Amino acid sequence: MDLTTTYMGLKLKNPIIVGASPLTASFESIKKLEANGASAVVLHSIFEEQINHETKELDHFLFKGSESYAEAIGYFPEVSLSNIESESYLEEIKNLKANISIPIIASLNGVSTGGWINYAKKLESAGVDAIELNITYIPTDIDTDARDIEALYVDALKAVKANVSIPVGVKMNAYFSAPAQMAKKLVDAGANGLVLFDRPVHVDINLENLNSIQIINKSSSKDLSETLRWSAILYKKLNTSLCASTGVSTHEDILKAIMSGADAVQMVSAILQNGESHIQTVLQNLVAWMEEKEYISIEQMKGSISLHHTSNPAAYQRANYMRILTDYRF
Amino acid sequence: MKKLYVTIDGNEAVARIAHKTNEVIAIYPITPSSPMAELSDVYTTKGEKNIFGTVPDIMEMQSEGGASGAVHGALQTGALTTTFTSSQGLLLMIPNMYKIAGELTPTVFHVAARSLAAQALSIFGDHSDVMSVRQTGFALYSSNSVQEAHDAALIAQTASLASRIPFLHFFDGFRTSHEVSKIELIDETVMKEMIDEELVFAHRNRALSSDRPVIRGTSQNPDVYFQGRESVNNYYSALPQILQDTMDKFASLTGRAYKLFDYVGVPDAERIIIVMGSSAQSVHESVDYFTAQGEKVGMIKVRLYRPFSTQHLIEALPKTTKSIAVLDRTKEVGAGEPLYLDIVNALNELREYDKLGFDMPKIIGGRYGLSSKEFTPSMIKAVFDELLKPIPKNHFTIGIHDDLSFTSLEWDKSFTLSDTKTFKGVFFGLGSDGTVGANKNSIKIIGEETDNFAQGYFVYDSNKSGSMTTSHLRFGPKEIQSSYLIEKANFVACHQNVFLEKFDILKYADTNAIFLLNSQFSKDIVFSKLPRKVQEEIIEKQIRFFVIDAAHVAKNSGMGRRINTVMQTCFFAISGILEKDEAIAKIKGSIQKSYGKKGQQIVDMNNKAVDTTLANLFEVSIPKTAEGNISMSPLVKGDFDKFVEEITAKIIAGEGDDIPVSGMPDDGTWPTGTTQYQKRNTALEVPVWDANTCIQCNKCVIVCPHAAIRSKVVDEEILADAPSVFSYVKAKGKTFEPQERFTIQVAVEDCTGCSLCVEVCPAKNKSQTNLKAINMVSQEKVHEDGVINWDYFTKLPAYDRNKLDHEKMKESQFLEPMFEFSGACPGCGETPYVKLASQLFGDRMVIANATGCSSIYGGNLPTTPWRKNNEGKGPAWSNSLFEDNAEFGLGFRLAIDKHTQNAREILTDMQEEIGVELAGNILNSHQKNEPEIFEQRLRVEELKKVLNNIQSTNAQRLLNLSDYLVKKSVWMMGGDGWAYDIGYGGLDHVLASGKNVNILVMDTQVYSNTGGQQSKATMTGAVAKFAAGGKPQMPKDLAMMAIAYGNVYVAKIAMGANDAQTVKAFVEAEQYDGPSIIIAYSHCVAHGYDLRYGMDHQKLAVDSGLWPMFRYNPDLKKEGKNPMKLDYKGPQIDVKNFMYQETRFKMVEKLNANNAKEYLQTAREHAQSQYKRYKNIEEISAIQEGVN
Repeated sequence: MDLTTTYMGLKLKNPIIVGASPLTASFESIKKLEANGASAVVLHSIFEEQINHETKELDHFLFKGSESYAEAIGYFPEVSLSNIESESYLEEIKNLKANISIPIIASLNGVSTGGWINYAKKLESAGVDAIELNITYIPTDIDTDARDIEALYVDALKAVKANVSIPVGVKMNAYFSAPAQMAKKLVDAGANGLVLFDRPVHVDINLENLNSIQIINKSSSKDLSETLRWSAILYKKLNTSLCASTGVSTHEDILKAIMSGADAVQMVSAILQNGESHIQTVLQNLVAWMEEKEYISIEQMKGSISLHHTSNPAAYQRANYMRILTDYRF
Repeated sequence: MKKLYVTIDGNEAVARIAHKTNEVIAIYPITPSSPMAELSDVYTTKGEKNIFGTVPDIMEMQSEGGASGAVHGALQTGALTTTFTSSQGLLLMIPNMYKIAGELTPTVFHVAARSLAAQALSIFGDHSDVMSVRQTGFALYSSNSVQEAHDAALIAQTASLASRIPFLHFFDGFRTSHEVSKIELIDETVMKEMIDEELVFAHRNRALSSDRPVIRGTSQNPDVYFQGRESVNNYYSALPQILQDTMDKFASLTGRAYKLFDYVGVPDAERIIIVMGSSAQSVHESVDYFTAQGEKVGMIKVRLYRPFSTQHLIEALPKTTKSIAVLDRTKEVGAGEPLYLDIVNALNELREYDKLGFDMPKIIGGRYGLSSKEFTPSMIKAVFDELLKPIPKNHFTIGIHDDLSFTSLEWDKSFTLSDTKTFKGVFFGLGSDGTVGANKNSIKIIGEETDNFAQGYFVYDSNKSGSMTTSHLRFGPKEIQSSYLIEKANFVACHQNVFLEKFDILKYADTNAIFLLNSQFSKDIVFSKLPRKVQEEIIEKQIRFFVIDAAHVAKNSGMGRRINTVMQTCFFAISGILEKDEAIAKIKGSIQKSYGKKGQQIVDMNNKAVDTTLANLFEVSIPKTAEGNISMSPLVKGDFDKFVEEITAKIIAGEGDDIPVSGMPDDGTWPTGTTQYQKRNTALEVPVWDANTCIQCNKCVIVCPHAAIRSKVVDEEILADAPSVFSYVKAKGKTFEPQERFTIQVAVEDCTGCSLCVEVCPAKNKSQTNLKAINMVSQEKVHEDGVINWDYFTKLPAYDRNKLDHEKMKESQFLEPMFEFSGACPGCGETPYVKLASQLFGDRMVIANATGCSSIYGGNLPTTPWRKNNEGKGPAWSNSLFEDNAEFGLGFRLAIDKHTQNAREILTDMQEEIGVELAGNILNSHQKNEPEIFEQRLRVEELKKVLNNIQSTNAQRLLNLSDYLVKKSVWMMGGDGWAYDIGYGGLDHVLASGKNVNILVMDTQVYSNTGGQQSKATMTGAVAKFAAGGKPQMPKDLAMMAIAYGNVYVAKIAMGANDAQTVKAFVEAEQYDGPSIIIAYSHCVAHGYDLRYGMDHQKLAVDSGLWPMFRYNPDLKKEGKNPMKLDYKGPQIDVKNFMYQETRFKMVEKLNANNAKEYLQTAREHAQSQYKRYKNIEEISAIQEGVN
């Protein structure tokens, strides 16, 4: 069975990419994912704030209290720091690259066009095969115009693209007024792939200590809907790769994602829940299903139920309420 | 060879040579020499090799005594070995110095010369320390400037190897050790050329080796010891010429020539000053000035002081000399000063043997410059003038006003050496705003990027929080020899508006000077916002006035409160030292150099600040007359006595130099409780109490490092006259009556704004959960009400101590603190413990305080935080030394016990006269708790009344001793540097003594006071000075060692993890009739995080298992109970969750990721095994005591 696919120009042995998560945070864990059949990994995200904060924080605390008192001109030795800006992370990537054969995609989170962009270049020279840019931004300012926010996304992408020659994908969120046009803008700005979609951390309130908190919510197959809709809509409309994310848990989800138009999928929650061997199980089930239905390759089914090729385009195009009405009428 | 100029300080100038020319370096921190050791450690950590191609080994020892021992050992086994020290450290080296010299061993000790602790400690510079070792057999070699120190380090090393005489190379502490100056760097090829490797081989060949065994260190008897001492004479008589030859060789290689005694002046000079150290530079400068005016004066710089070469001295002295003033920077009480005596003796000997060659000149000796006291050209002039008198004053002092024994010479303060070529700038900044750093940077730029000579010297005040820094910058085409502060500057910058109302900043401004002010006021109104006095000075001196809102520019550039780069840019723009664009390019270049290693982000941020500065810098037009009526704000406030008014207030105002000798206490005794008058107003934000949200837990009160937030419970009736802005609520808790009211108030003028109280507050406002019962607000907004409230609050009565349960955390916080408003850092982790002890036992407490942070915030002038209560009782406090604090405190106990015993004996004898009941009650009181002690106090007062009516020697004696019938609480306090390292021997002995003493170890896990050097308490994986790559070893378990005695009360505590345990431990330790030790986790600025979270970090440390908490109480054994009680549950979180919240640990990741991983694992295993060990002790103790 030919499970191979191409995502952002990367040849993948199957469509299952393990998304940015604690699973991809350590060398050992990534080795396990590879052994269980993952076709690529997106490394644990590195955040703009993290890069900026780390250097600023270090500078602040090395400076704090210094030159204030005659006996203690400073409180830390005057050493030169070689591993600033998460350089130990880059070392790890080099090490990882030397030890595994599947492609490695680095995940960068940020919205500004500041100095952190340089980090993309460092990631490239450390050997990552592609970069996934996560520019999800919560627009809390009521005076900020949607177009300005869209421009932020595009500018950030352009800045990264200007710095690297490896493929750059963008993990989009689903909350744009015009997601299709936004996707086009990103592709025009050079996005080699679009990941549909980012799943922002959820918020909650802790009644014990009367505080708002963030919680990581795991997705499941029932969260796949928007991903299917937009991959079906965007399929073949833009010259870019598509990757289905959010809710991909089973072989059936993969089949649906590919048929809607995705080139690959990102899986996280299901592996977190069931362990790395879940990848193997899903792959076995995928092959079994394809054999039973006499498919020969992933390529064969790609986009087969996209907006273009579906027998029921209304399912993708119309709002929920209307579709039900329509179903009822017919 | 291309000349390489750098702008560095004296310590660095010396360390660069010492590290290049040695193989083993044994170190121990002491101000002001510590940076030499720190730099050596950094060089070695970086893998820098010496001229022999190997990286020197650095070993931190437990004391200077230990360092000198290690040096002695390494020298004896053939390594080129050095050490660095100062002051008391040098004294501790004396025994080994005799040995090293006695065995003719080449080495160089580099000493940043500093005062010795006498009536008081002082960290500043003079020659008291080096003069105390002049008899050891070391050659004493003085260098007078940063360049000279750099050169002398190499010359001494070379001459020591050649002569086999060990050298002590010294230079003035701070004035030279910390002065930043442009110097020419010695190239490594010169070092190699200077040091004859054959002599290195010879040194190694003399080493103790089992391959050619010899024996040294024998014990000699009356028959031969004497001859043995005399056997070295020829080495000493050869040394002066060897050193001169070495200097000459150095001159041929570098062009810089030195002499053992360097003469400066006209050849036919009649009046001569002989001086040693940095002031020789100022005298040189003055002599040049006076001789240019035709005066027949000259001076001699003494470089080789021991062995003293009369021959070389007389060669230097003009034959026309009629009078000589010998200046000593030390005091030898009851005799003449050493250099003076040596000169007198030398000339007398020559005269006796007719070798003088001219008439014996008049010789007078004088003292100057003790503890870095200024020594200026005006004083130098006074000395020369004195030499003109027919009978000049001998044994004079210069630089002080001695109205007690009338030794001092008067000097004309208005006299200065006019020097129009040198630019002089004085900058006033706040410790935390980066002013000093920026000025160091500026002077580097000027020194290294232009042809100018450059000098920077920096003065800090005595507080660790909100301290004022003063930078003195000189540069110009002429060599700078002025080793004194700038008195009249061309450029004065005030980086903080508030200073203008406190200090006479513009007294430093020369006529037509430029004045730069950082102010939030615009150019149009800023003048009107200045105090009238300042306005008048500006007009009178025709000062050009510039203003910038640097805080605004810094904030917009992302720099927060660091205005350094902004002010530096202004300085370059206004001063015109460099062309504007060039200046900006240089500043950016130096930003890249200083911050590049910290990441592009930081560079960008600073560059942005540079770019936006000039648009915000304005010249202010000056009106013809002063306007408005803003006056200078008083520096002291309150109801103080004459002493505070005449002495303390003057020191606070920066006028301490004007205090005459008669004003000073003659035996070092000072009044306590004077911080309350120094309203420092350093907090931008202060906490404000929300009475309605408060749950009255008193946690904010216990954590406050400065005792600036306090609670009281009083009867509502008393509050009838409360100010309208004064809040209070019904007091909660069974202890209190329904009519009693609870209040929390903040000393807004004393608070440092650390926010520990807000972080620890557990109560949340029900409608706005981001608010607590304590919230930070701008001080400006609440200042007026705050002052009214605090004033009223302090006058409210304290709650009856006897009605409070002192073991309960909440109730303990109603006890009056007798330690307040210290100069400790904002958010200090030590002072909450100190304050707690003062609350619990302050009225009967005697404290021995080891040198360190706690002796500085506890006893650094001008003001003292230890205070007394309304009855006039309170802690009595003293600091002896760093190393002997446990012994010092034990001495207190011995004396107090003797007094008590004596009093009891007399009381027993006088029972009948006094009254059997009263005497019996006094003798039989156990004084176990507060009410019993209170009762005893009343009985003793009764006893005093009775004794006053009895006329007998015994009655007199008992009256004199009667206060000792009330239990006294003896405490020894200090940091981990004292307890784990330098003072451990004594501490251990005290623990073994069985005596009733209490030891508080405030464990910051570094030598905090000297800037964060590692101690044996430093945790695995922490970066500290002397452990620049992170500490691989595990910390010493001092608590375990104390437990091993079985009869010592031991508590390991962390207030942030469990404040109830903290309070219990203090009470139990004090109650225990035997030695007690409390080891208290103290967060510290040297840990590298925002100290407002200090208490949270303490909890993390405990939860990670790296800071176990327990109490071992031997008293419980008597009750058949388990003495060991673990107060923590073992590791609950991974050590990383604690460690990587702090820069000290996280930094290792940036240095060496592999080491970082290893250290984490070691720490992890340590946390586990430590818990098992303590658990075992708990279980074994239970079995031993037969309890479950």
